[in-house]
Amino acid sequence: MNFDELFGHLGQHTVDGLSKGAIYALVALGYTLVYGVLKLINFAHSEVFMVGTFAVLGTWTALGATSNPSVGMMILFLLAGLVAGALASGATAVGVELIAYRRLRRMNAPPLIFLITAIGLSLVLSEAFGLWQGRLIKGMPTIVEREILFTIGNTEVTNTQLLTIVSALVMMILLDVFINRTRYGRGVRAVAQNPDTAALMGVNKDRVILLIFLLGGLLAGAAALLYNVRYGNTRFNVGFLLGLKAFTAAVLGGIGNLRGALLGGLLLGVVEVYAATLLTSSWEDVAAFTVLVVVLLFRPTGLLGESLGRARA
Amino acid sequence: MTTDTATSKYGIGGLRAKFGERWAGLPKWQRSLAFIAFVIFLYYLPYLGIPGLTWLRTDYIANGNNWAGVLFTCAVYVLIAIGLNVVIGLAGLLDLGYVGFFAVGAYSVALFGSTQSPVVKSLQAQFGLSEEWAVAWAICIPIALCLAMISGVLLGGPTLRLRGDYLAIVTLGFGEIIRIVVRNVEWSGGPAGIAAIPGPQGKPSPDNNVFGLIDAKPWYWLALTTVLLIVWLVRRLENSRVGRAWLAVREDEDAAAVMGVYPFKFKLWAFAIGAALGALSGLLYASRNGFIEPNQFNAQLSILFVAMVVVGGSGNMAGVALGAVLLAYLPERFREFSEWRFLVFGLALVLVMLIRPQGLIPSRRRARELKDRQEEVAVGV
Repeated sequence: MNFDELFGHLGQHTVDGLSKGAIYALVALGYTLVYGVLKLINFAHSEVFMVGTFAVLGTWTALGATSNPSVGMMILFLLAGLVAGALASGATAVGVELIAYRRLRRMNAPPLIFLITAIGLSLVLSEAFGLWQGRLIKGMPTIVEREILFTIGNTEVTNTQLLTIVSALVMMILLDVFINRTRYGRGVRAVAQNPDTAALMGVNKDRVILLIFLLGGLLAGAAALLYNVRYGNTRFNVGFLLGLKAFTAAVLGGIGNLRGALLGGLLLGVVEVYAATLLTSSWEDVAAFTVLVVVLLFRPTGLLGESLGRARA
Repeated sequence: MTTDTATSKYGIGGLRAKFGERWAGLPKWQRSLAFIAFVIFLYYLPYLGIPGLTWLRTDYIANGNNWAGVLFTCAVYVLIAIGLNVVIGLAGLLDLGYVGFFAVGAYSVALFGSTQSPVVKSLQAQFGLSEEWAVAWAICIPIALCLAMISGVLLGGPTLRLRGDYLAIVTLGFGEIIRIVVRNVEWSGGPAGIAAIPGPQGKPSPDNNVFGLIDAKPWYWLALTTVLLIVWLVRRLENSRVGRAWLAVREDEDAAAVMGVYPFKFKLWAFAIGAALGALSGLLYASRNGFIEPNQFNAQLSILFVAMVVVGGSGNMAGVALGAVLLAYLPERFREFSEWRFLVFGLALVLVMLIRPQGLIPSRRRARELKDRQEEVAVGV
């Protein structure tokens, strides 16, 4: 137990954990959106994220990206990566809904059938990329070179950390505004509250469900960009562990609750970094799964409770 | 919905129902005779050279034929499928961490039976035993069963109160925790694994004339005997009070509770029994292999186990056995395409769920449950 290291550089580890957790939070939003409306764990969401990382990598390769680009090129690469990742992930998420879930909903299949289908789909997606892109870790150019922006006490904040945290927060706020302030958002909340009543009030249920899959996919694509910037590599099975952790984050904050996903993600990132510092980094996954188990045992509704918007009691 | 009944009248389901009726109508002596013939056929299978079926490419036998070895794998997988079927098919609990129990069984025999395991070594040092000493294979079996049932209760106790889909994710997490912990700690052999795992004739050596390293036939017969015994036991269990309680809990937990069936208790039983069967198959697997390491027990294997049960038809023992044989045999037969196997498993899962959610050979009861739900929505909309 390395307490000296943890408490000596508490701020450093916290910032590191927050930037890690910001990626979890963005992916967790996808789980939470779908769960809030459909009461369904979209197990395939992890592969939606994985497709995003490959789309970002592909775009960078196509644009001929190299490490340490000039500031203008860097912004271009980031924006292009964001667009490509979001589009690819969004399309994958929508495809999953159209191919599998819609049909199962028509059949009124029990929840376990949805889950098994989702597991099958996630296996298909990750294996397809494993066959197509090879099974080794794929490196990529360092688009944003790590440098220390400012120091508070003995805490150094780097540009990638700041980029990750700030963009996650911005996207979170955008989504919150979209769900709570716009016409489409009202439709989403209505379907989440009571699908049948919403349908009677003239909300197109299928379109709303498609919309939430699209939103979750777009956010996963953004998370994929941030992941590539932070870690600089990807792999066909990158989604499995990250998806499980993002799901943990969603449950921790209260699945179905948008702000809960953010809180849960950030918290989980911090817990992981603390655990890795106290023990060794090989225990960090165990810490994440333990959090999942403990939360489900003692507070299955999560820290902030389950609800999409404020509408549900 | 009318189209559904029409197809089932003439489709595979209808054919099966017709066959089932004729089968049930036969005199009892004919049925038992046919059953005995089938069992003899299974025992004789390693000697049968079925053209096309028995040719199996291997890397260690010239010209490639490991028919008996593949039959052994199939039998072990059938045992796993029957154990997991108790959890998924009978009690209706989706367990994505079943590989954890498989690992508990494998590690029980490895840690207590192998002279190379840290546990045995510390016992030797503690009690001044010779370096050749280890727990006998036969004693490892009850140890494995006990440890697995305890871990089943430990996992089930806190988690079985959760909703079905949460349970699935938590068990997935638990399976991974077990694997990572085994890899990280010292007393389990760590990432290097444990070798020299004993079989019924003691530790692996060229002198073992029955359960040896090369001839897999005795191993297959051992596994087959275990499978037949377990099938008989589980069948008895299915038609007992416990089996009926599982059915009631699966179909409507609240109604079952009102009728005096305590759901939690029976779910826990299903978990413990499933865990014990998983451990038994893990033990057989480890004994035959002689070597295990933590990464053999990954989450993908868990999903493969679930696929066997679901593709075959959860709830029906013949169905899950067929699923297990298919998913164990096909990758061995088509080794050239081994890269593709998990893709194909995934596709099989999706297609079965979309087209035939009750599985290839469904349990009649489960098929009706699914159909009831479909008709509910037809009325509701």
